[in-house]
Amino acid sequence: METSTRQSGNATIVDVTGDITLYNTPRLRKVILDLLKEDRSPRVVVNLQRVNYIDSAGVASLVEGLKISRDLKSGFALYGLSRTVREVLELTRLTRVFELYDTEEEALRGASSSPASAH
Amino acid sequence: MIADSLTSSEATATFAGPAIIVRSLRVNYGDREILHGIDFEVQAGETLVILGGSGSGKSTLLRALIGLEQPKSGEIWIRGKNFAAMTEDERDDLRKKMGMSFQSGALFGSMSVGDNVALPLREHTRLDDSTIEIVVRLKLDQVGLSGFETYVPAQLSGGMKKRAAIARAMAMDPEILFFDEPSAGLDPIIAAGIDDLILKLKKAFRMTIVVVTHELASAFLIADRMILLDKGTIVANDTPQELRQSQQPRVRQFLDRVPEPELSEEMDYLQMLTGEIPPRRR
Repeated sequence: METSTRQSGNATIVDVTGDITLYNTPRLRKVILDLLKEDRSPRVVVNLQRVNYIDSAGVASLVEGLKISRDLKSGFALYGLSRTVREVLELTRLTRVFELYDTEEEALRGASSSPASAH
Repeated sequence: MIADSLTSSEATATFAGPAIIVRSLRVNYGDREILHGIDFEVQAGETLVILGGSGSGKSTLLRALIGLEQPKSGEIWIRGKNFAAMTEDERDDLRKKMGMSFQSGALFGSMSVGDNVALPLREHTRLDDSTIEIVVRLKLDQVGLSGFETYVPAQLSGGMKKRAAIARAMAMDPEILFFDEPSAGLDPIIAAGIDDLILKLKKAFRMTIVVVTHELASAFLIADRMILLDKGTIVANDTPQELRQSQQPRVRQFLDRVPEPELSEEMDYLQMLTGEIPPRRR
């Protein structure tokens, strides 16, 4: 798994490539938590378009990101979920907990719209 | 750009060939042979149900598959590697990719339910405690045990212990998950929930799943393939549809729940009681 970050307006996008598993998710967790806690990014958007698989530990890292973002009153969204990633979020009953979007444009725009409009 | 520096043993690419190959497997307890030369394969991502009556050898087979029974002869290949020929390090790596839910639960009595589920994650990964805590809650939620993290096994019913054991077996989202009688002793609603969970695990995590059971309704619901064991031999290895239509006498007897016939002659019965002929195993 590889991660990189880029800026778009006030949002920071985390591009993730590869499977997110219990062996590599501590790195993704650190990237997300550093953006929220150290950089005080007002909105973190995780791009999962190039992620074919995520396990429960990977999901847990995203849950931690969401929790911290709420504590800090920042935004946190995911977009570009593959069918299998979406199935894992459905199994873990998290599709209604996260802000989920199909595209980057929607995820960035979602910052100013209601999460209820998310998929 | 941040790239992971995983060792090959940590790589998690799904194995492409059959997840399990069993060839001419014989297992003994002392002088008594329990499995008489078993052959079958489990494809990656497949759910195999091993059916059989009490004493058919199905739990022995499961224990052999996870390395708890030493075969007398034959081979067990897991993810393309011969289990018997593996080094101890290779076996340790393999065990991280396998989860086992024992019929009895086999929880550590001195540890809380949450610590039992967290144990494999603490032993085999470098996950932060906060991540592990979330995984534990996710797994307990999936087996209907949310809120029981701090309980110790002695405070749980038998069915709850079994579900906690399933949560522990799933903790690392293993590639191959083994269940020994997952729904035996559970009420019908909880049992249906476990069946549903097995179906979802297969779909979401692409797990290869091996289930030993004698619960027919559950077996037909979750199986891609079914093996019927009888007295240590495989008498059927079919899809659920093929098994339903089988006219093989032992298959029909098992599926139609026909009891073993009585000894035909009263004299046979007398000879059995007096030890002149050996008792017939049912």
